[in-house]
Amino acid sequence: MMADRTLPRLSVAMVLLLISVTIFAVTAIATGETAQFSLQGVTGLLQRMVALGLVAIGQTFVILVASIDLSVAAVISGTAVLASWLMGGDPAMIVPAVALCLGFALAVGLVNGALVAFAGINPLIATLGTGLILQGVLSASYGSLGGAVAPVFQQLAYGSLFGIPWSVLALFGLALTMGGLLNRSVLGARIFAVGGNPDGARLAGIRTGRVILTAHVICSLFAGLAGLYLAARVQSGTPWLGRDGIYDLESIAVTVIGGTLLAGGKGGVAGTLAGVFLFASLDASFNMLGIDAFLKQVLRGFVIIAAVAVHAVRGRGHVA
Amino acid sequence: MSDAMSKPRAARIAINAGLLLFLCLYALIVLIQPNYLEPGLFMNFLRRAAPLVILAAGQLYVILTGGFDLSVGAVVTFTVTAAALLTNGDPDATWPVIALLYLMGAGIGLFNGLVVAFLKVPSIIATLGTMLWLNGLALAWSGGAARGDLPENFRNLGRFQWRDVALVGTLPMAVLVLVAVLALLWWGVHGIGYGRRALAVGDNPRAAELAGIPVGRTRITAFVISALAAVTAGILLGGFSGVSVNAGVGLELQSIAACVIGGAMLLGGRGTIWCAVWGALSLFALFTLLNLLGLPQALRDSIQGLILIVAVGLTAWRSRARN
Amino acid sequence: MSMKVMLVATVALSGLAGAAMAQDFNDPAEFAKQREQLSMTPQGPEGAPWAQHLGDSMVDTAKWKKDGPATICFSNAGIFNPWRVVGMHNFQAEAEAQGDKIKELIVVDAEGKDEKQIADIEALVAGGKCDVLIVSPNTTAALTPAVEAAAAKLPVVVFDRGVNTTAPVTYIHPVGGYGFGISSGEFIASKLEKGANVLALRIVPGVDVLETRYSAAKTIFDEAGINVVGSEFTGSDRAKTKAVVEDYLNRGVQIDAIWMDAGDTATAALEAFEDAGLPYPVISGEDQQDFLRKWRDENLTAIAPSYPTYQWRTPILAALDILAGKPVPGPEWVLPQPAITAETRDGYIDEKLPPLHYSLCGCQNLPGYPARWGGSE
Repeated sequence: MMADRTLPRLSVAMVLLLISVTIFAVTAIATGETAQFSLQGVTGLLQRMVALGLVAIGQTFVILVASIDLSVAAVISGTAVLASWLMGGDPAMIVPAVALCLGFALAVGLVNGALVAFAGINPLIATLGTGLILQGVLSASYGSLGGAVAPVFQQLAYGSLFGIPWSVLALFGLALTMGGLLNRSVLGARIFAVGGNPDGARLAGIRTGRVILTAHVICSLFAGLAGLYLAARVQSGTPWLGRDGIYDLESIAVTVIGGTLLAGGKGGVAGTLAGVFLFASLDASFNMLGIDAFLKQVLRGFVIIAAVAVHAVRGRGHVA
Repeated sequence: MSDAMSKPRAARIAINAGLLLFLCLYALIVLIQPNYLEPGLFMNFLRRAAPLVILAAGQLYVILTGGFDLSVGAVVTFTVTAAALLTNGDPDATWPVIALLYLMGAGIGLFNGLVVAFLKVPSIIATLGTMLWLNGLALAWSGGAARGDLPENFRNLGRFQWRDVALVGTLPMAVLVLVAVLALLWWGVHGIGYGRRALAVGDNPRAAELAGIPVGRTRITAFVISALAAVTAGILLGGFSGVSVNAGVGLELQSIAACVIGGAMLLGGRGTIWCAVWGALSLFALFTLLNLLGLPQALRDSIQGLILIVAVGLTAWRSRARN
Repeated sequence: MSMKVMLVATVALSGLAGAAMAQDFNDPAEFAKQREQLSMTPQGPEGAPWAQHLGDSMVDTAKWKKDGPATICFSNAGIFNPWRVVGMHNFQAEAEAQGDKIKELIVVDAEGKDEKQIADIEALVAGGKCDVLIVSPNTTAALTPAVEAAAAKLPVVVFDRGVNTTAPVTYIHPVGGYGFGISSGEFIASKLEKGANVLALRIVPGVDVLETRYSAAKTIFDEAGINVVGSEFTGSDRAKTKAVVEDYLNRGVQIDAIWMDAGDTATAALEAFEDAGLPYPVISGEDQQDFLRKWRDENLTAIAPSYPTYQWRTPILAALDILAGKPVPGPEWVLPQPAITAETRDGYIDEKLPPLHYSLCGCQNLPGYPARWGGSE
């Protein structure tokens, strides 16, 4: 049972990983940018993964229970703005600010989860709605919520250990933890059960509503972490940080590219992370090739379709 | 889930709710600004709402089959920029270019449909991809900013209004286009049995297939119609306000929201063309109302989000109460 | 239940939102400084405003001197609006015009994302190919650490939006947002009676370079006793602009003038008056071709302040001067910022160019004109 789920997932991840490395390496050699293979170059590449990676890990959890979260972009902006405002440059405020930010993310996750699991609202609409509400309040309050994070806090985004950025270590640490949680815990088993066969799960005595709620809370918390990381990275969060980064749609795209089914019940963190790596490698490669922004967008559109088609086309039955 | 017998009943209730919401919102507008009761201003309201109503009606086809079309905003942008580049202000080019635009629209819809039906890519991802490449293409083609020009006779489709018309005061051409397109789209859903097939596909594709419904073809048709509706919306929008490379921004989510507010069910199973019409008019009335109230722009987003959740929450609550 | 929670939260947060704008975009000292700069005589070559500067302050660049053709790297915030599109063409054309002095021009586009631009700058520095780095920051605060780190390793030139550090060799920008608001505000105030109504149309809230434009104009309107009947955000969307103006007209509000913080939807705002069968208002737009043509054809009472796109030529000049060890204007290189008036207007109209071409591109003598800018022939 376990092996059954793990094997095909690993293969999607491995294939994506190999493709991404090949793309990056070939472009670097072809354009003579071999300096990109240095520790600095490679960690730079990995650092491109951090923000989207964090959001996407959370998104994987909601998609596994056959839900979706469009509010992550607003949560990212919200935590980033709150963190900068609450800290106001004061290192003593780091702990309370982080706690409050995560509390805020948790609250959004609870609301999303409740709307989806207990009010029976389609997740797309529910989270689009909460996202709009948050975005509006954020934009309106911009100006009264100015400020910058404490300089020490920026170490989170700029500091490193043995040349490897803290943020990259944190991303992989969290990915391992969450992957383990999915595959080796009761909660993980329930998440797969609820997504794969909700009626069966209910009959088996699983309180499906609670599992969906938990998944939404995890998702929002990870969006909150991404917001904190970005706040550290950009010093002073703006209400448009998440929206401009298109973290909502991109996190869904990389999750699906990584082999997680939108219908729920199948997939995992490894594939998602490989999807994020593909995006980061493409980003870096497009830069080296000097492809203009518009063409980049065209290519990215086709890559998303192709990457999903490659493993979806083998599936039997219908998708909508 | 919802068996065939209960469908007409559910649909009737949905119509009433959407229409009711629209009437309430419009009444509020009139309360603040009584001259919105004048037929001329109502016609102007319809003129401006026409693109969104048409988009929503097209989107409804896809929603009935259980999918989403996130590419409609990009199709609108593409239509407007392509029209300006291709006509370049030449009035003789207008009609051939419009024909060409519909051809391109059909191509885009066909692409979406084929990717969903045969490559088995979920529609939300397939049309997200199309949104990206099509927007990129429109920007690359125009160089990133509006280029070319729309001739007068092209713009009239979305802009011209007859003045001193009996009964209505002014009659915008866009309203005529709206009525004609809606009649056509209504006929498509309810006149020739396509709607029933689409609902069946959206409800349970496996069962529909066993019942002999061509699932793939039904899906592809929906995407083609949605894209053609988006081309029409683009022509009206370009006519109303001119060339712009961000003409379609945000319209994809608005059109989906409109259908849902009107009572259509996402992932298929329920909906009529009136869901799209009343939903879109409600949404547009809401925008107008918020404009008139003079609230800070940003909070208008919040209220829109709140209304979305409440409207859908009520529908969900009602359908649960019924079961 | 959850609905109630959300309602409460929304109400609470909107209360917070209602609190006064703490961030200050109304700085009287800066207002006065820019007003003075508008009337200053620039130094530098006649007829080439992109190479001119206001004030005398120069910085020494001898330590960056480097012989041979240069590799210039440019981290661009993006080309997400017509202004930046025109600017980017200027930039590339200027680089081309420099010929052999430039070995390679590496341009990376951050697509409007702070996080991506930070990573882009780090990658450019790590790549080791750049002799000089030009940055057009997406957001001032966000890009400061990355620019500071880069400036420790190679000469950096920043333009358009700034950064919160003096680490770059110089920061190139035209007079600024207050200047834009002063030019347009004073013109409108001079054409209207006391008590007249002006409608302000703006793109988005919270962007410093735009907020200062509005704050300057508002100051002038308040002083002149002119009534700002509304300040609306249009997101640069033509349909929305037209709809917003129509809504005001439908409410029966008398609008004597339209003030805009950017002119790309100016013609859409005017169309609302046409469709309603009303006379045109006094209007301030910007230096886009479509606005200038409409102004000429309809004989409007108008002005076109500018935030000139010719500033995209200057960073290349600065970069080459720095590598040659020549002193450059700094730490701020302030460019002149003219406004187009009825007298000078016709000289800026070129029928060959697309509607949203910015006329103060200073690009007429650059290679590839006008085709590079989307012009015919």
